[in-house]
Amino acid sequence: MLYYTFIVHAFEAGTIIAIVGGVIGYFVVLRRSAFAAHALSHIGFAGAAGAVVLNLFYPWVTPLYGLLAFTTGGAAAMAGLGKRASQRDMSIGITLAFMLGLGSLFITLYGIYGAAFSEEAYSILFGDIFGITTLNVVITLLAGMILLLLTSFIYRPLLFSSLDQEVAEAKGMPTLRLGLVFMLLLAVATSIAVQIIGVLLIFSLLVTPAAVAQQVTTRPSRAILVSVIVAVVATWLGIFISYYINFPASFFITSLSFGAYLIARYVYPKVRPSSILRGRAQESEETKEHTHESSKEIPAIPERTG
Amino acid sequence: MATEIQTIELPKAQLDSQIIVAEQVVAGYRDNIVWSNASFTIGQGQFIAVIGPNGAGKTTLFRLLLGIQQPKSGEILVFGEHPKKGNSRIGYVPQQHKIDNDLTVQALELVRLGASGNSWGISLFSDEDRKLALNSLRAVGAEKLAQRSLNGLSGGELQKVFLAEALVSNPDVLLLDEPLTGLDIRAEQELLGLVYDIVQTRNVTALIVAHDINPLLPFLDKIVYIANGKVATGTPDEVLTTESLSSLYGSHVEVLHDSKGNIAIIGIHESHERVKQR
Repeated sequence: MLYYTFIVHAFEAGTIIAIVGGVIGYFVVLRRSAFAAHALSHIGFAGAAGAVVLNLFYPWVTPLYGLLAFTTGGAAAMAGLGKRASQRDMSIGITLAFMLGLGSLFITLYGIYGAAFSEEAYSILFGDIFGITTLNVVITLLAGMILLLLTSFIYRPLLFSSLDQEVAEAKGMPTLRLGLVFMLLLAVATSIAVQIIGVLLIFSLLVTPAAVAQQVTTRPSRAILVSVIVAVVATWLGIFISYYINFPASFFITSLSFGAYLIARYVYPKVRPSSILRGRAQESEETKEHTHESSKEIPAIPERTG
Repeated sequence: MATEIQTIELPKAQLDSQIIVAEQVVAGYRDNIVWSNASFTIGQGQFIAVIGPNGAGKTTLFRLLLGIQQPKSGEILVFGEHPKKGNSRIGYVPQQHKIDNDLTVQALELVRLGASGNSWGISLFSDEDRKLALNSLRAVGAEKLAQRSLNGLSGGELQKVFLAEALVSNPDVLLLDEPLTGLDIRAEQELLGLVYDIVQTRNVTALIVAHDINPLLPFLDKIVYIANGKVATGTPDEVLTTESLSSLYGSHVEVLHDSKGNIAIIGIHESHERVKQR
């Protein structure tokens, strides 16, 4: 199957997006920004639809440009709305509805000026993983690398201000600006992910893998790793299955990550009695790590039985 | 030789170097004055209670000390300097630390951020902050909580973890904003004992915001009593008197003592309380 370029492109772009989604997604879950992420993808929908219309007149305009323009604008606006999620929800919801309306206008305009618009609309809403060009892959790769570099640079201050904003602020961390930077990172991640998974299904790469990770580990660095693995495996398997069974890859990717969540949530705690959900130590992992990393200075943490 | 001995034998009060100095400080937000004309000093290794009704401006005092907020007038010095954000010599536990119910992050990781959360970039192989964090948890007797998820901890356990987070940078001043809220008497006593030990053994100055003065009385060196837009400071015996509190509140209040030394303040009207502002 790797004989076909479109399959190779699907795997390449899919992998990059899964990695980025897994990393950024952890912070989305940690910062309780799922609704903002959801709204960003819908704002992106308006941008993509607008770009599709512009494309009729200016062929160089691609949906990705529209996505980037709208999501980064939306992200900056949301970050400016303030830190309290409860205050933001209303404003985000109102903007979200307006943007969806704008998107539907653009889609209609496209129908008036262009030809059949349903296909374009469908690929924005649900993704078109087998329609990725070489240029798309290159752009995705560049954007992905920049996102990962920036995220690793702000990793600890972002983690600090996500978990404990007031103390982080007292320690001199620019918590508000970190919030803005994070929203911009999320905007770019959303924009590149829409090509693969579409506006409506973006959660399966941005939120679900991170939610899985939160169920299985209490250490942020590991949670990010688990989140990336879940996203990558779901994407690979999704593309693979979709190639043999002619149903949309988006469907399989979302189903697989959802399945992983169900297992992490309901099966994992039972097969692992020392579950973090009951607040106990992760014996095997921790013991291994302590003998590994710091056998001298720190005595192994006593195992807990109850 | 003789002078050296003399130095050692100096009473504690004279040895105290003043690490917090407030001179005619007026605190407030924009046109709003929360309290004014506060002048006091706080020495090293002192255990201080910051007491007063809701909205009196207790947290405001902390924000001034942390450099998050500037005084409207007057001067406040911490370690002889104007407070700036990011002072690692101050450990801070904010009020109403909220931990999400489904936030599965282990206690050790939070404490660790107290040590390295303000450094940019990643260090894949350094484990230094992890060791510091474990030591800090051990210092508050909470090493058993290291791998527990924050959402599964009780109020008392959480306060210990926050205390460890504040202590991990080895501060000289601890600011604890209402750490006793929601704790039962046993957890309250345990936490206060812990803070007292830290004050004693590390010569740390601790400021604790509390509603009720009584649980703190056995430990205190000094009280900062904020009410009615004014600040009174001194030892418990100086501040908690009918005369001093009556002049602070501007109306007659009565300080009563029971046989066990507990006090009750009678005659404070809630109308003195201001709307809480952050």
